[in-house]
Amino acid sequence: MRYGWGRCLTAVSIALGVGAAAAAEELTGSLQIKGSDTMVNLAQAWAEEFMAIHPQVTVAVTGGGSGTGVAALIGGTCDLAATSRKMSPKEITKATAKGVAPKEWIAALDGIAVVVHPSNPVKRLTIEQLAGIFTGTIRNWKDVGGDDAGILLLSREVNSGTHVFFKEHVLGKDASGHDREFSQEALLLPSSQAIADEVAANATAIGYYGMGYANPQNAVVGVGTSAAGPFVAPSEASVRSGAYPIARPLLFYTRGGPEGLAKAFLDYVLSPEGQAVVRRIDFVPIAPAS
Amino acid sequence: MTPRPWQERVIEGLIHLCGISSIVIVALIFLFLMKEGIALFRTESVAAFLAGDRWYPISDPPRFGILPLILGSCVVTVGAIALSVPFGIAAALLVSEIAKGWVKETLKAGIELLAAIPSVVLGFIGMALLAPVIKDVFHLPTGLTALTGSLTLALMAMPTIVSITEDALAAVPRGYREAALALGATRWQMMHRVLLPAARSGIFAATMLGIGRVIGETMAVMMVTGNAAVIPHTLLRPVRTMTATIAAEMGETVRGSEHYAALFAIGIVLFIISFIINVLADLFLHRED
Repeated sequence: MRYGWGRCLTAVSIALGVGAAAAAEELTGSLQIKGSDTMVNLAQAWAEEFMAIHPQVTVAVTGGGSGTGVAALIGGTCDLAATSRKMSPKEITKATAKGVAPKEWIAALDGIAVVVHPSNPVKRLTIEQLAGIFTGTIRNWKDVGGDDAGILLLSREVNSGTHVFFKEHVLGKDASGHDREFSQEALLLPSSQAIADEVAANATAIGYYGMGYANPQNAVVGVGTSAAGPFVAPSEASVRSGAYPIARPLLFYTRGGPEGLAKAFLDYVLSPEGQAVVRRIDFVPIAPAS
Repeated sequence: MTPRPWQERVIEGLIHLCGISSIVIVALIFLFLMKEGIALFRTESVAAFLAGDRWYPISDPPRFGILPLILGSCVVTVGAIALSVPFGIAAALLVSEIAKGWVKETLKAGIELLAAIPSVVLGFIGMALLAPVIKDVFHLPTGLTALTGSLTLALMAMPTIVSITEDALAAVPRGYREAALALGATRWQMMHRVLLPAARSGIFAATMLGIGRVIGETMAVMMVTGNAAVIPHTLLRPVRTMTATIAAEMGETVRGSEHYAALFAIGIVLFIISFIINVLADLFLHRED
């Protein structure tokens, strides 16, 4: 009930604030948003608030993955693509060939937390150690200062934007410039929640997920870029300042410079009200709270 | 009150149409799979696809070897069938021959209820309850293994196997039972020397449908097998199946990309495998007649 009231009040105050503009041009029509599963809840929350402000507008949000969103943007079946990664050069070439000039917007930030069982004595790891662990060259916890026990690797599916990001920014490339691969032994779990559950149940497991999933049954590891440190845990401040090394932007892509409804929606997303929604859904706003 | 001939002809025609359309639909599905999947083989040889042991579809360069996935599917399926067929036949015997009255009715209702549980729920039960038990019993690093998958799938194949076997047993004429008992056979001898052989083709069909259910199941296996694309040497290691791979990766692939084509190519392999199973079952059943 209180929640409903709060929402009404926000809607009313915003409606009053933009009253002059709204009177000049009442927004109508519908907006299609497709893409990242990471962003589905966030985009849905934005859509609901936006529809509360503009009752004549319908905003439809579907997931399916970043790739699906980009494909739909190029194919013209959605107005905004939500992605947890940048468009690939291949995708941009494809878009250009179809006469679409995709434009990128940073809508929120997400830090990827590396988690272990709370009983694990390992509390900090460097990026290099993480790369060694997830590629399978470091196979025992004692090699990184823990107990003598085999490491159980947990990863997200290869379709996940989180997986792609982790592979690019933690595993990186080998000396000859090829992508380094996740160990074949790594368990690919279908959701972030599955990783959280398995880490909670397994003293030797290590996994990663968007920081919104962190919980008391999982211990978050401090990550450093060199052995000298500093080792940083993901938090709103460390992600926004760039101190936490495994953080990424969550993006929207529009077809060319946005117009009409798409522009109004993006303006809302980037406004203080839109960014307040980001915090409520446990991601990191792009600007500090005012 | 016999129906007029034109009505009969219309109904006959409709039934005919249904039969033919199902064949046409299967053919169209196969053509669609081929159309989408064939693009992969412009850059990847069939041998490298089928016999390669590395599945890294989004790497640079990508690797599309599905041997671990084929073996993963096989291991889980064989395990599930080895568990569910003997138990399923035993359960069918119990329901149709031994249990009486309310016990029989309760068992039947329970089995039907089991068939109605969505696979995602069974998958969740497997993940939350079964996996920790497997982990502790065998002292494994994780409970998400091929064995967990086999047990979960066995539970899913069971209702199919039990109800079809039960139908087959019920179809055996009463005279067979009475003749066997009259000759002095015990009930057990009657069941395993007379009843089961007489219902053999029905039991075989039940097994085949069970295999079909198991090899095509996606959601539950994705949740409980751990999805590590390694060639499985024992039932106690994580495996990755073909169906889980398609389901897990289809979401984020770029339409028309190599990865997209590779997932459809896995679909072709699955289609061919189920086709072969069906043909074998058909040959076997016709030889019986």
